[in-house]
Amino acid sequence: MLALFITVPFFSILFFNLPFLSYFRRAITAWAYVLFCAQIALALRLFSPDFLNIFTARVFFNFNIALDNLSLIILLSSAIVLFITLVIATYMIDSERKRFNFVNLLLFTQAGLNGLCLARDMFSLYIFLEIVAITSYILIVFDKDIKALSAAFKYVILSTVASVLLVASIALILLLSGDTQFSVIHNAISAQTPNLLIMFSVALFVCATFIKAGVVPFHGWLPEVYSHSPAAVSVLFAGIISKALGIYTLMRIVNDVFGPNIHVNSALLFIGMVSIVIGALAALVQKDFKKMLGFSSVSQIGYIILGIGSGSALGFAGAAFHIFNHAIFKSLLFVNSAAIESRTRTTHMHELGGLSKVMPITGLTSVFAFVSAAGLPPLAGFWSKLLIVMALILSGHPVYAILAIVLSALTLAYLLSMQRLVFFGKLNERFSKIKEAEFGFSLAAIILAAIIIVTGLLYPFVLGKFILPLASSGVFK
Amino acid sequence: MNLNIAILIILIMAALWTTMTRSLLRSAIGLAAMSLVLSIIMFRLNSNLAAVFELSVCAGLIPVLFVSTISLTHPLTKQEVMQHMKDRIRRFWYLPFIIVAVGIALSLVTVKLSIKLPPHEIEKNVRTLLWNERPLYLAGQIIVLLIGAFSVVILFKESGKDER
Repeated sequence: MLALFITVPFFSILFFNLPFLSYFRRAITAWAYVLFCAQIALALRLFSPDFLNIFTARVFFNFNIALDNLSLIILLSSAIVLFITLVIATYMIDSERKRFNFVNLLLFTQAGLNGLCLARDMFSLYIFLEIVAITSYILIVFDKDIKALSAAFKYVILSTVASVLLVASIALILLLSGDTQFSVIHNAISAQTPNLLIMFSVALFVCATFIKAGVVPFHGWLPEVYSHSPAAVSVLFAGIISKALGIYTLMRIVNDVFGPNIHVNSALLFIGMVSIVIGALAALVQKDFKKMLGFSSVSQIGYIILGIGSGSALGFAGAAFHIFNHAIFKSLLFVNSAAIESRTRTTHMHELGGLSKVMPITGLTSVFAFVSAAGLPPLAGFWSKLLIVMALILSGHPVYAILAIVLSALTLAYLLSMQRLVFFGKLNERFSKIKEAEFGFSLAAIILAAIIIVTGLLYPFVLGKFILPLASSGVFK
Repeated sequence: MNLNIAILIILIMAALWTTMTRSLLRSAIGLAAMSLVLSIIMFRLNSNLAAVFELSVCAGLIPVLFVSTISLTHPLTKQEVMQHMKDRIRRFWYLPFIIVAVGIALSLVTVKLSIKLPPHEIEKNVRTLLWNERPLYLAGQIIVLLIGAFSVVILFKESGKDER
């Protein structure tokens, strides 16, 4: 029944595009809402092992797929972000035909992301990764804006390079193991002494995931794509796409195939730290709200990489938790930027100011996102960063742990600067007559802020139910 | 050995034709030719299944998709094409030299690898491989093809309608 995660969105697209069923096309948005909500409910329910065992029984399709807590976290995050993206898109896209096309692309993205989470062989993983990547190229240029086209072109080129690296790595792994299934490859690699070819294939794979995630030094495409995409697409990209394509793939491969390796871990720790510093420093000097959020993502991805690089079960769990938290708070910040853009027609921070007086919901929810992103207690972001720092200390990397804490000050600095320039201070007279954003934006912002608060306050429950079981799976068993 | 080198040279020439030609249509045809040569190489390497796929999908279906997409675009004028060519040569004149230098460098380097390869697998028939072992991979491929077709409609067909 796990195949339903892939087949339902896929057959929905086929159904709504049948030529003699054009009358039903208007219902696609409502159906997409139902699908995304059902996935959220199902993902939460599947964290229960008993239900998981019942649900994983094979019916109809004999796909080589499986589900664990890491997959579930991505399934849950992706469903939430897709839901929010749809809410925003419903308000931002006026034309019915365009909305129909957009929802189709979202369903393709859902099928791709779900396939990526469930795949347990390298080729299928690669194919579903490409499904999401190709869909995202189209989503970026959906409005056919010239800047978006330029950003998408840059992304396509870099993403293609990543794909070539992935295929080359898979080919080498196939040569070494004779199969593409995770378990077979893991056994084949474990059976032989580390050699140049294994290290080379690992390096190719890690570089490819870094490009897809936008980690320094492969981050050139990320801020441009985030800032020039349509608002709803920025939410989707910042929330889940870059994390699923890059970071989840890396975690899955480290967890199921290559296993922790001291050289790879050292490289991950170094690159994670560089990513935090470069991303935060670049975010600090940005004048555009969305670009600043883009560089902030580069920095936050660095924390996730640090968690993986610690090579410990706790770090791994912390990294997965931070993916979820980042999906929520970054989506919230992009929803708020879309709300501001829809009212003021600008994202230049120096032109804004005092907006919380006229847009109180946007201003208030933005504070929750900012506190969570900066890693301040008691909201969700604090707990995931704490897990990562604890993992670094326990795994014998106190210097990286101290640097991670110190560099949180930089995160705090650029987010405070953003809050001050956009929401606090004197209200620009040009915007004195604007009102709170439309209901859809406020609803999306309130939902995301509520998730941040609930996750933060119910931390012991979240840790015990969702996060710690993850630490005892895969290579960390 | 000589035949292999000849085929590789044809492959490189097809690739150069694809990237250097002025017309997008010719570029798509060059891509099909490249896939054709690649499928010959695959046949010679006894990868019949991969060769058939390369021939049917990459040399057959994908160029059709490209040609149908190109037919929905406005071609550049001759002057624009010439200007584009000049700009490209001015920006990327050094690339062929780099490629030649890298090629020479790689031919001088010999890396000895001590790899333990897995035992040669028993050959499986197409039915077993595609339907019993890789159905998810195939489903993914079908979705990719659908997205390709869908993207063409979204990006090009609509703009045609808007302009009218």
